[in-house]
Amino acid sequence: MNEPIFEANDLSRSFTVGSSPFRDLANHFLHDRQPTVLRAVDNVSITLAEGETLGVVGESGCGKSTLARLIAGILPVSSGERRFRGEAYESLLARKRDALKIQMVFQDPLSSLNPRLRVGEIVGEAAVLHGVVPRAKVKDYVVEILARVGLPADSVGRYPHQFSGGQRQRVGIARALAVKPQMLICDEAVAALDVSVQAQIINLLMDIKRDSGLAMIFISHDLGVIRHLCDRVAVMYLGRVVELAKTSELFASPTHPYTRMLLEGMPKISMQRRKFMPIQGEIPSPLNPPAGCHFHPRCPIATDHCREIRPELREIKPGHMHACLNIEAR
Amino acid sequence: MSKAFFQVDDLNTWFFTRKGTIKSVRDISFDVSRGEVLGIVGESGSGKSVTGMSIMGQIDEPGRIVSGSISLNGEELTKLDFEEMRRYRGNRIAMVFQNPLMTLNPLMRVRDQMYEAIGAHEDVPRNAMHKRCIEALRAVGIPSPEERLNAYPHEMSGGMRQRVVIAIALLLGPDLIIADEPTTALDVTIQAQIIYQIRRQIDERGLGMIWITHDLSTLSELADRIMVMYAGAMMEIGTTEEIIGGARHPYTRKLLDSVPSRNVPGEKLKQIPGNMPSLMALGEGCPFASRCERVTEICREPVPATQLSDTHRIWCLHPFEN
Ligand SMILES: Nc1ncnc2c1ncn2[C@@H]1O[C@H](COP(=O)(O)OP(=O)(O)OP(=O)(O)O)[C@@H](O)[C@H]1O
Ligand SMILES: Nc1ncnc2c1ncn2[C@@H]1O[C@H](COP(=O)(O)OP(=O)(O)OP(=O)(O)O)[C@@H](O)[C@H]1O
Ligand SMILES: [Mg+2]
Ligand SMILES: [Mg+2]
Repeated sequence: MNEPIFEANDLSRSFTVGSSPFRDLANHFLHDRQPTVLRAVDNVSITLAEGETLGVVGESGCGKSTLARLIAGILPVSSGERRFRGEAYESLLARKRDALKIQMVFQDPLSSLNPRLRVGEIVGEAAVLHGVVPRAKVKDYVVEILARVGLPADSVGRYPHQFSGGQRQRVGIARALAVKPQMLICDEAVAALDVSVQAQIINLLMDIKRDSGLAMIFISHDLGVIRHLCDRVAVMYLGRVVELAKTSELFASPTHPYTRMLLEGMPKISMQRRKFMPIQGEIPSPLNPPAGCHFHPRCPIATDHCREIRPELREIKPGHMHACLNIEAR
Repeated sequence: MSKAFFQVDDLNTWFFTRKGTIKSVRDISFDVSRGEVLGIVGESGSGKSVTGMSIMGQIDEPGRIVSGSISLNGEELTKLDFEEMRRYRGNRIAMVFQNPLMTLNPLMRVRDQMYEAIGAHEDVPRNAMHKRCIEALRAVGIPSPEERLNAYPHEMSGGMRQRVVIAIALLLGPDLIIADEPTTALDVTIQAQIIYQIRRQIDERGLGMIWITHDLSTLSELADRIMVMYAGAMMEIGTTEEIIGGARHPYTRKLLDSVPSRNVPGEKLKQIPGNMPSLMALGEGCPFASRCERVTEICREPVPATQLSDTHRIWCLHPFEN
């Protein structure tokens, strides 16, 4: 494999929840209760090779967006190490503030785009600041980027709220591409898009990947999209990576019970009305995660030691890792 | 369609902006029966959300329902004043908005927002309210509901916020639920859980549902009928079998072709060339004409509806043969 462009070692991030200064104080005096600490990302180690696309899937709330924000360098870590092109973020950023050539497309375009700026400013401003294009030429540059993501030139003068959800997401993608990043993180970037626009954006991302070797981390709930676009896939559950493999391998022979459940539940175009089933077992809470394997309350093959021992991510076949105590390589 | 309790006829919702008139919804007509899920699909910007918001009476300046009728149990909703409509909202019709932040107040705890939603329509003692909220959160698969009730929206993940909004919509037991992209932010196991809960309410209580999404796969497994929109207008409507298995409109066919699971992984997805026309500069004819491979001169004229079966209707002069 090529030299990694990005590397994370034992990355963790916790949040204190339900806390406010007053509540903390009140808790202190009244119940002496500790505020709840939530480990949104729990000891995650991943690498991304030059030009590679890594997919991240997993349950809602399992920490994908938090991981994305850690990797993008916009959220501090609680512990662990991040390296871009071999250099730790801290020293990299101390040297030069915009040395981290990572851009992010956010899950929720409405809250990530400044509502008071016109699209032309949203897309153009950062590019000028990063020195990608001289101010005198920024107009043409913005129109060109907008055309690339399929937005008409007259979008320049409009505000984010004047667009539909999908159009807004394209503005977010245009903004990220405008500063010519070396790595792109897409957090549910196509979730708001209908299939035909989604196809345009995915084809666009594939073009960019081919032409400029842009490395990508692609977060999505849509397993069809992940399968189509990604080279490797990481499956997360409650803050931890539970399976990591090449895309074809993962879809052909998933090993972790959670991954299997995900793939079985994958919606397909069909004319048969499906019988939707409720989740079996208790859905574990990230606020109070079960000991041992986090998945054991829902797992059909859980045994006693799953309730006690935390399974480490281990290689079960070359390039195929998983974190399950009960399943060996087949 | 005598069972229909909810009906939209020739709805037009336009936005009168300084640059021109955006005709977001044009001559839309459909109905929903009790116990039925009607799916609405269509390209981004085709007017799906505006349709839902028109039904909710939540079209703000410079937008307006220009003409048409919306009726629930025989009562005309477009004639209601603000106060009457407020009582309808949440109580008889609930909408799960595409953007959960439209429903959730970022400065209020989830608990207070849920209490407020109930309190606005019913007189319920506090502890009963509390029980109901916990039940509602549990039903949509939110673990530790007691603690999550105390959380602020920003302390939850995107998908959790989405589930809170769904829980609020189900709280008051409405007759009609409009869900705008309700589960696209959720993993498939949680999605199945939520659909299971909603489906149960639909079957048990004879609820009607409008499910707006671009996710044709989920829709094919869930909806009873599907309506396809493009550039503010209806293209095709029919039972799920008629649309998924026997689509006749070139646009519907193209939509189905661009679904990733129908393409070879790693290869370019089939996409529809070109972009949707500006809603300010629509002609008389078929709005899809500029991107359609079957287009001829007559497509520039207004396109009448063709009834293919009791349930299958199409707006196209050159439909595919079945
Ligand atoms: N407040 C507004 N002012 C002006 N135009 C608007 C407004 N709200 C919506 N529109 C326009 O109406 C059209 C339809 O928008 P709508 O949000 O209904 O699309 P949609 O089908 O829900 O798309 P998506 O799948 O992206 O959510 C769009 O072209 C949009 O720009
Ligand atoms: N600012 C915050 N304060 C407190 N808790 C937070 C904060 N941000 C995230 N969390 C919590 O961290 C966990 C992971 O959240 P995250 O947004 O990373 O999940 P996700 O995998 O992206 O979910 P989704 O698929 O729903 O977007 C959740 O339990 C969430 O409630
Ligand atoms: Mg997220
Ligand atoms: Mg919409």
